[in-house]
Amino acid sequence: MDARNFTFMFYGFLAAWLIVLVYVVSLARRGARLSKELEDVKHLVATTHKN
Amino acid sequence: MREKLVIAFAVIGAILLAYNLYNIFLVLPDEVAQGYMYRIIYFHVPAAIVGMLGYFVAMTLSVLYLAGGDLRHDSLAASIVEVSVVFSLVNIVTGSIWARVQWGIWWTWDYRLTSALVCVLIFSGYLMLRRAIDEPTQRARLSAALTIFGCVDVVIVWKSIEWFRNNHPGPVLSIRTGGGKMDPAMEHTLLLNMLAILLVGVALVLVRSWQESTAREIDSLRRTAHV
Repeated sequence: MDARNFTFMFYGFLAAWLIVLVYVVSLARRGARLSKELEDVKHLVATTHKN
Repeated sequence: MREKLVIAFAVIGAILLAYNLYNIFLVLPDEVAQGYMYRIIYFHVPAAIVGMLGYFVAMTLSVLYLAGGDLRHDSLAASIVEVSVVFSLVNIVTGSIWARVQWGIWWTWDYRLTSALVCVLIFSGYLMLRRAIDEPTQRARLSAALTIFGCVDVVIVWKSIEWFRNNHPGPVLSIRTGGGKMDPAMEHTLLLNMLAILLVGVALVLVRSWQESTAREIDSLRRTAHV
């Protein structure tokens, strides 16, 4: 019982951290994509104004 | 400034989490009936409370949006709901793993569990709704309405262990029971871990709202480029 108890507690903590980690990674990827998009649009605006 | 705030919240939250993990695994004793397994409560309960708190803050911001029409309230509400859904998921998954050992089943359709699942579904629907609507004011108005509706379910989740007969354990925190349900040292660690998770949550919300304002800037620059 104790070993099983420990194993499931480990699964519980692992699952909690995994969910948060996946979210943090998705947040970082979204941030990188938005930064690139912002640079592209700024470049587009600068080009449009030059023309 | 915002970057420094994010780092400050994340670092303080991480230090507090590390201190709490030390206490949870190396200082606090096993619980008499549940043994090792009870330690899941240190993440299960704080994740639930931080998630519910987030929904209520988002509801307040949604009401402010409906009253004043400021889109910054709407985008902050969206950031908070997204982070709250993550914590609600942590709550449901850790609870399910605890139930497998204590009850012998992964899930049961009692009032607490069902209303918590409905809550996650409502606010996941909220996030999908936001992706489906491009027009900012229409998106904000519908999102605000859904947040207010969703918070009715959050109240049911919160009070269900008092209102109905449940498989789910009743309240344990002194603030709801008047004390005597949980050892003070265990409750102290639980509250400290709630604070740690809240700090991490605030850091995530700040990052997310930063992204929302960047997205708004991109939209406005695109409009400028096309004028």
